[in-house]
Amino acid sequence: MLEISNLTHTYGSGPGAHHALGGIDLRVTQGELVCIVGPSGCGKSTLLRSIAGLLKPTGGTITLGGTPVDRTPDDLAVVFQDYSRSLFPWMSVADNVALPLRRKGMDRGRRRAAAEEALEQVGLAGASGKYPWQLSGGMQQRVSIARALAYRPSLMLMDEPFGSVDAQTREDLEDLTLRVRNHHNMTILLITHDIDESVYVGDRVVVLAKAPATVVGDLRVDLPGPRDQITTRENPAFVHLRAEVGRLVRGMRSHPAAAS
Amino acid sequence: MGAVMRFLRAAGRLWLVPVVLVAWEVATRMAEDIFFPPPTTIAARMHELWFSGPAQQLWLTEGALDNIPTSLGRIFAGWLLAGVIGTALGIMLGRSERFSQFVDPLIQFGRAIPPPALLPFFLALFAVGAQMQIATIVFGIIWPILLNAGDGARHVDRLHLETAAAFGLSRGQRLTRVILPSAMPKIFAGLRLSLSLALILMVISELVGSTNGIGFQLLDAQRSYDYPGVWGSIVLLGVLGYLLNAAFLAAERRILSWHRTANQTT
Repeated sequence: MLEISNLTHTYGSGPGAHHALGGIDLRVTQGELVCIVGPSGCGKSTLLRSIAGLLKPTGGTITLGGTPVDRTPDDLAVVFQDYSRSLFPWMSVADNVALPLRRKGMDRGRRRAAAEEALEQVGLAGASGKYPWQLSGGMQQRVSIARALAYRPSLMLMDEPFGSVDAQTREDLEDLTLRVRNHHNMTILLITHDIDESVYVGDRVVVLAKAPATVVGDLRVDLPGPRDQITTRENPAFVHLRAEVGRLVRGMRSHPAAAS
Repeated sequence: MGAVMRFLRAAGRLWLVPVVLVAWEVATRMAEDIFFPPPTTIAARMHELWFSGPAQQLWLTEGALDNIPTSLGRIFAGWLLAGVIGTALGIMLGRSERFSQFVDPLIQFGRAIPPPALLPFFLALFAVGAQMQIATIVFGIIWPILLNAGDGARHVDRLHLETAAAFGLSRGQRLTRVILPSAMPKIFAGLRLSLSLALILMVISELVGSTNGIGFQLLDAQRSYDYPGVWGSIVLLGVLGYLLNAAFLAAERRILSWHRTANQTT
């Protein structure tokens, strides 16, 4: 459903130019949860912003559901890392979730109902009348996940979604993501710098090299489901994959036996 | 208990007011200067001028009903007009780099003109009356609103705008749901400054060309050597300015409650 071919992006020009993306090829099929990991500053966010149509890449093509992305696609939702700046502090939680739904031609009552439903799915049934800043960081990020869910996108982009919350909340949100993903059968592209997280959450882990970013590894994660924070993480296959991804991220050669 | 404490604390803050009044009273009575009547004389004259009317008019006199609402009406008309025009233009300036560069010299020139200098022109253009006064007020007070709205609209958080773009909000929604609320704290700062400027310009415009209003009454009292009346008008203007500011702050606290609390917690 998502096809990226030879995507390049350069910030600036001349000798000071920064080559962020150096020709990325990636295909994501319907219903997949793909994690993109790479060292910080490798151009992960540039990739995500190009897919979201927030940034015009200097070269290559992106097609979503067969149509080229030249502006923000209609059925795409984004969960940003910085929830406190992504949610609007002047609107209640329910209004934040319901705001994008106008575009879907839903009337007020249906927008309201959809927002309530999405908030319930992320475990925030009672918070609709509150303001984002009255909630903890983890709860705010749940609100932005609810906003993405209510929008019912065919593709959900998550940019380091759990990078600004504590470890316990992070695990809760990872499990929440897996749960809603099974429920909606959504396609999710999750960007992270956390190797463990990418293996735990993903069906596939795509490893990017340092800028200019290229795909240096594409590993299928075959771990038994449903995943569990304790048992999955002690599974030898998990440990092995984690090491493999770690090696790729650090730019070492892949272990021949583990190459998929 | 809490109420009593609050009262005592408020009384503690206000103790200077009666002390100054008593000192002023004593000093003026000793000096017996015609230009400096004692506060009690001023208060009596104010009562006579404005607050000795019949009960069915809430004890307001004809003089009060003729002049105070007129002046307040001019302030509010000018302030609202400046608020609407200033906010609209300011947001355009803040969101369009090119428009901003284009008109910036005009704005810098316009706001450098002292508004009273335009009074003769407005007097010629509109003749004596509300139009001329409102035009003076609008021209004099629009700048803080315009510049603040522009600043607010220019500095909308980039992630707010990207979120709006990613979820495909329409232009109208982006403006009313994201840019305007985001610029609102700045706009309010401009509106507050403009409200106090509006009072000043109202008085100036009424001193120059008017047949009613508090400024006219002030001039009228001066012309008839009614110095308690002059002082009474001055005190009334001071009280009005204080009340307008207090009312504005109360409204701001309600409307921008998200801003105050959000910034405290994060």
